Amino acid sequence: MLDDFMTRATLAGIGVAFAAAPLGSFVVWRRMAYFGDATAHAAILGVALALALELSIFAGAMAVALAMALTVSALSGRGYAMDTLLGVLAHSALAFGLVAVSFLSGIRIDLMAYLFGDILAVSRGDLGVIWSGAALVVGLIGWRWSRLLTSTLSPDMAHAAGINPRHEQLILTLALAITVAVAIKVVGVLLIAAMLIVPAAAARPLARTPEAMALIAAGIGAASALVGLRAAYVLDTPAGPSIVCVAATAFALTGLYSVARKAR
Amino acid sequence: MSLITVENLSVRYGGHMALAHVDMTIEPGEIVTVVGPNGSGKTSLLRAIIGAVEPAAGRVTRKPGLRLGYVPQKLHIDPTLPITVERFLRLPGGISRTDCARALEQAGVPDLSGQQMSGLSGGQFQRVLLAHALIHRPDILLLDEATQGLDQPGSAAFYRRIEQVRRETGCAVLMISHELHVVMSASDRVICLNGHVCCEGTPEIVSSAPEYRALFGTGTGGALALYRHEHDHGHDHGHSHDHAHPHDHKTEAAE
Repeated sequence: MLDDFMTRATLAGIGVAFAAAPLGSFVVWRRMAYFGDATAHAAILGVALALALELSIFAGAMAVALAMALTVSALSGRGYAMDTLLGVLAHSALAFGLVAVSFLSGIRIDLMAYLFGDILAVSRGDLGVIWSGAALVVGLIGWRWSRLLTSTLSPDMAHAAGINPRHEQLILTLALAITVAVAIKVVGVLLIAAMLIVPAAAARPLARTPEAMALIAAGIGAASALVGLRAAYVLDTPAGPSIVCVAATAFALTGLYSVARKAR
Repeated sequence: MSLITVENLSVRYGGHMALAHVDMTIEPGEIVTVVGPNGSGKTSLLRAIIGAVEPAAGRVTRKPGLRLGYVPQKLHIDPTLPITVERFLRLPGGISRTDCARALEQAGVPDLSGQQMSGLSGGQFQRVLLAHALIHRPDILLLDEATQGLDQPGSAAFYRRIEQVRRETGCAVLMISHELHVVMSASDRVICLNGHVCCEGTPEIVSSAPEYRALFGTGTGGALALYRHEHDHGHDHGHSHDHAHPHDHKTEAAE
């Protein structure tokens, strides 16, 4: 079954959607969208380093994404507004990454494959990495779910309940770095944040509890991967962006549904 | 043993000393109110007690196994986060439906459990925060200006509810408030804070202390007058303090 490239691509897309749904919900609730962007953009530098040092792309991307996320966490609240800081770091990381890639002579690198993903080229090994990473992220967030939720609602309330919100922030940061690393192959560094945010945002009008929102986001993300890949195959469009387009359409539809429901 | 013992506590934010050398204790079952002007370190004190800020010096000791119930000043729930009252109450975990119902009953809002948090009125929202603090059967309730944004009848009703909870459960209460008249009538003990402890004692003692007068003197004359008007009859201490008279005049002016 895994011999078919479309099957492998579909499974890869669904794996990323499952990891992105609970994490993406927290990214939306905590207003960390730009933080996700910065972490993802930094991963291109990780890709360049991994290629230069002949390490695995996954490890390189994850290490740099994690370093980026920790740097942002450490620098926040030290004089610059968060969005300025993230704007500087996200785009510099991307620029340094692109420059670093250009130094890599010898091997021809298809830069587009890392910027926009190359889901149709997912191998069995990639699939293993993607599903292990996704399982790790879902497990990590599931394990800390109530603590994360309490810290998100009110850091002080978390303290009073004996929870350290900084530890929970680190858990999210780690989950974000893993997700970025596994999603590079599927949607590429430029569209990872979209996979995090769009399905979660699309799920919002349909959910009454945080848990429901994460589950619905997983459903919307997986459906987007299925439909997007099919559309890419039929219409001969790039796969990663097609998946994001379908998710964006779902967002528009649930938004309209929400407006219509309120009008009644 | 005291529930909470604060010894020589100093709290620093950046280069700014928010609190210096504060000593205080909270005993079981008492209602203690912290008053003080803006920037006097009231919230810093509460945050140090719940462990949200590290003391620069001194320490906060809690009785072993002490259960805290914390009601924050304001809780902003992002509109992107859907959550029902019941789900909110069950955070961070280990809470049964029965516990939820009991806590909502105690907080005076028994019928809200299925509602969205975002759909509550200001008064209902604060009651739900109170229910969340009560749900673990706390030994002490900590309230940080919990009635901000409520109108006068709303906050008066809220504080009556707190007194009732204390009667029913016997928990101690430490609250921050700038609604002096409410505070004065409901507290066993008042601590007046301005970066350090200016004065402390029963409401009557504190309201006539010169340090307190210096901080709240004329600006809050109306509120104090209201307090005196409602609760001070039969207390014969106004005469020994000359400073009391301007406030008494205000009372007459208001009538």
